[in-house]
Amino acid sequence: MASALLISGGRILDPGQGIDKVADLLVSKGKIAWLGDKGTATSHSDSKTIDASGCIVCPGFIDLHCHLREPGFEDKETIATGTKAAARGGFTTVCCMPNTNPPLDSQASIDYVKKAAEAVGSVQVLPIGCITKGRQGKALTDMNELAEAGVVGFSDDGDPVASSRIMSLAMDYGRNLGLPIIDHCEDKELSDGGLMNDGWVSARLGLKGMPGAAEEIIVSRDISLAEMTGARLHIAHVSTAGSVELIRRAKQRGIALTAEVTPHHLTLTEERIMGIDLGKSERMVYDTNAKVNPPLRTEEDISSLIQGLQDGTIDAIATDHAPHTLADKICEFGLAAFGISGLETALACLMSLVHKNRITLETLISKLTIEPARIIGSVYGELGTLKTGGRADVTIFDPQKEWTVDVRQFASKGKNTPFNGCQFKSKVRLTIAAGQIVYKSE
Amino acid sequence: MKTIETSAGTATPDTLPLASTAVWQHNHVLDLDDFTREEIELVLETADAMAEVLTREVKKVPTLRGKTVVTLFYEPSTRTRASFELAAKNLSADTVSIDASKSSVVKGESLTDSLRTIQALGADIIVMRHSQSGAPYLAVKEVNSSIINAGDGWHAHPSQALLDIYTIRSHLGKLENLKIAIIGDIMHSRVARSNMWGMTKMGAKLALCGPTTLLPRGLDAFIECCQLPNIIVENRIETALENADVVMLLRLQLERQQSGLLPSLREYIEQYQLTAERLSLAKAHALVMHPGPINEGIEVSPDIAHGAQSVIEEQVANGVAIRMALLYLIAGGKNK
Repeated sequence: MASALLISGGRILDPGQGIDKVADLLVSKGKIAWLGDKGTATSHSDSKTIDASGCIVCPGFIDLHCHLREPGFEDKETIATGTKAAARGGFTTVCCMPNTNPPLDSQASIDYVKKAAEAVGSVQVLPIGCITKGRQGKALTDMNELAEAGVVGFSDDGDPVASSRIMSLAMDYGRNLGLPIIDHCEDKELSDGGLMNDGWVSARLGLKGMPGAAEEIIVSRDISLAEMTGARLHIAHVSTAGSVELIRRAKQRGIALTAEVTPHHLTLTEERIMGIDLGKSERMVYDTNAKVNPPLRTEEDISSLIQGLQDGTIDAIATDHAPHTLADKICEFGLAAFGISGLETALACLMSLVHKNRITLETLISKLTIEPARIIGSVYGELGTLKTGGRADVTIFDPQKEWTVDVRQFASKGKNTPFNGCQFKSKVRLTIAAGQIVYKSE
Repeated sequence: MKTIETSAGTATPDTLPLASTAVWQHNHVLDLDDFTREEIELVLETADAMAEVLTREVKKVPTLRGKTVVTLFYEPSTRTRASFELAAKNLSADTVSIDASKSSVVKGESLTDSLRTIQALGADIIVMRHSQSGAPYLAVKEVNSSIINAGDGWHAHPSQALLDIYTIRSHLGKLENLKIAIIGDIMHSRVARSNMWGMTKMGAKLALCGPTTLLPRGLDAFIECCQLPNIIVENRIETALENADVVMLLRLQLERQQSGLLPSLREYIEQYQLTAERLSLAKAHALVMHPGPINEGIEVSPDIAHGAQSVIEEQVANGVAIRMALLYLIAGGKNK
C-alpha cells in the first residue's frame, strides 16, 4: 500500500484556515504533509495520486451527535456498522450518545466503547458520557472520572434533565472540566404522548402534537442555568424558530452556549408524515420514517434555522443519526420508534440547500468541520482542519454527482430514513480517516 | 354521471346494474378524504337498496356468497362491530370475528403479523378497528385484502360519517347548505374528522364547537390548508346551535376530565350539554344525532336524547345498510 496519497486538482475548502482554492494536498503517515499549488508537490516514488478535479476536498466531517447503539442495542446498530456508515457519509469523527444499555455513565462503559471503536471502528469515535447515573435524572455521574476516561461532553440525550436543580448541579459541578453539557431540550410533561409537531398536520391526522413550546421552555431554562453557573451549554438538535431566537439573544448577552441542528430539521417539514409527494391527490401514509424527536416542524422554522446557521446563532450541524430495526418502524405510527438514520444522507441532503442558494458552501462545510471541532475542544488534538502536521482526516465529494438514495446500500443497520428514493446532487467520493481510506465510492 | 334506480323494491343488490358502480374507485375505505361526492352518493344510493333488503321477511341476499369478511377489533366496540357483522351476514359472506384487544396482542403479536395471518386464512375484506391513528394505512401496505376502517384512533371513522350523512339525507333530502353543528370533544373524535370531509363534500356547512382544550390547536390551519369549505370553529354552543338543521353530539370520554382537559364534568354540562332550551336555538325540527354510546345527562339531557327530534336509534339502524353498501361496493368494485 502506498504510504502517501496525493489528492490532486480538487477545490480545497478548509474554513478553519480560511482556505478556498484549487490545490493539491499530500497525506503521508496519517498526517496532512503538505498543501500547495497543483503539480508542485515534491514527488514521492511510492505516492498514489487521486484525481480530485471537480470535487471539493475538505476536512473530514465531525458529527457531534449520533447513536451507535452499542452496547445493548446491537440489532439497531453496532460501532462497526455505525462507523462504516459515518465513513460513507464523509464523517471521520463521530460523537456517540450515551443512551445505550448499559448507559455510558461509568469509566468501564466508556472504555468499552473506546476499545471497540479502536478495534472495529472505521472512523474516530468520541464518547459522550451521561449527566446522571443511569440517565435517571436523579444523581450526577462521576463526571471527573468520565472526563478522565475521555468523554467529550455530557448528555442524557433522548431525555432532558428534567429537574432544574439537578441540571444546575451538573453545570456547577462540571464547570471546570471545560466540557459541554449537552441537553435534549424537551418539557416531557408538555409533550407527553406527542408523536409529531403540534400543528395542522397533527390535527388532520388525529395524532397528538408536541408543541414547539416544549422545546423552548427547556432551552430557556438551560440558558438561565448556564448564565447562573457559567457552565458551557450545548443545545442539541434545535428545531424551532423560537429556540433560535432564544439562543441568539443569549449569545448576544455573552452566555457561553453553542447549538446544533440536524440535516432533516433543515430540509423537511411536518407535512412529510403525509407522504413523499405532497400533491393534493396523494394518499397520506403516516410515514414512520419521518417520526423523529424533536419532530419535523414547519417551513417557517426551517427559514429561522437556516438564518441561525448563517448568522452564527447555530454553530454546528449534527446528524442525530438514530438507527432502528425494521420492526421498530414497520408498525402503527404511535408505536414506532423516534429517529432517522442520517449519516449516509447528511451531506447530500445539506447540499440541496447549497444548490438552492439557501446557504453557502463555505458555511455548510464550516458547520461540519471547524465549528464542531471547537465545541469538542482539543483533548483529541486539532480536528476539523487540514493544517499541515495534523491528523489526516479528509473528505472528498463531488458536488454535482447525482444519485438516488437506496437504503439497501446503507452500511448502517438502520434503514429508517424519509429520504429513501430521494434524488440528490452531491456524493461523497472518498473518505480518509487518520490517513487511511475508509470509504471509496463505487 | 351514472344514476341508478333507488326506489325500494325495484333495485335489489342482485339487480343493480354493474355499470352503476363505475364511479367507484376504492379497493379500501380508509377515510372520506379521498372520496368524490359521486362516490358518496353511490354509497347512499346503494344503501337505499340495502335498506329495502332489510325490510324483507328474509333479510338475506347472496351477493357476497363465498367471500370472507373478517372483523379485527383492537378496541372494544358493540355497535360498529355488530353492525358490520350483520351487514356481512345479510350479504351471505362468511364472517370471522377477532377480538384482538384480548387475543394476539396479549401474546405479543404485531399488527402486521396478525394481518398477514388473517390474509393467509383467506380474508377478502378486513374490517379493522384500532386505537392508533393511521393503523389501517399500515394494513393496506402489508396485505392484499381490502381494508375497511372501522375507526382508527382520533383519525377517521368513515362508515359512521356515511351513516350520519345517510340519516340526514333520509330526513332532510339533501345536505346542501344545511347547517350542522358538531358539539363536544372534537380533538379526540374520529367521527368529527370524517364528517368534516364527508359533510362538506356534500355541500353542508359545519360549526365545530367544544371547549378550547378539546379543539386541536391546529384545527383552523387544518381547515385552511386542506381547503375544507364552510367550516367554522365556535367556542360557544349557543352560537353553534343558531339556526342549525342538525345537532350532532360527541361522546365525552370521562378520562378527559381526569387528565385535566376539563375542570369538571359539572362545568362541561353547564356549558355544553344539549338541553331543550338550547335546542330551541336551532331550527324548529332540527335533528339530534349522536354516534353513541351516549353519556346521558352529560353531553345531552335524557329528554332530548329520547325526544321527538332524536334520530339516534335510526343512525344505528342505518348503519347496517351503509355497511352492506360498503361491503358490496368493495367486493364488486374491486379491480384486482
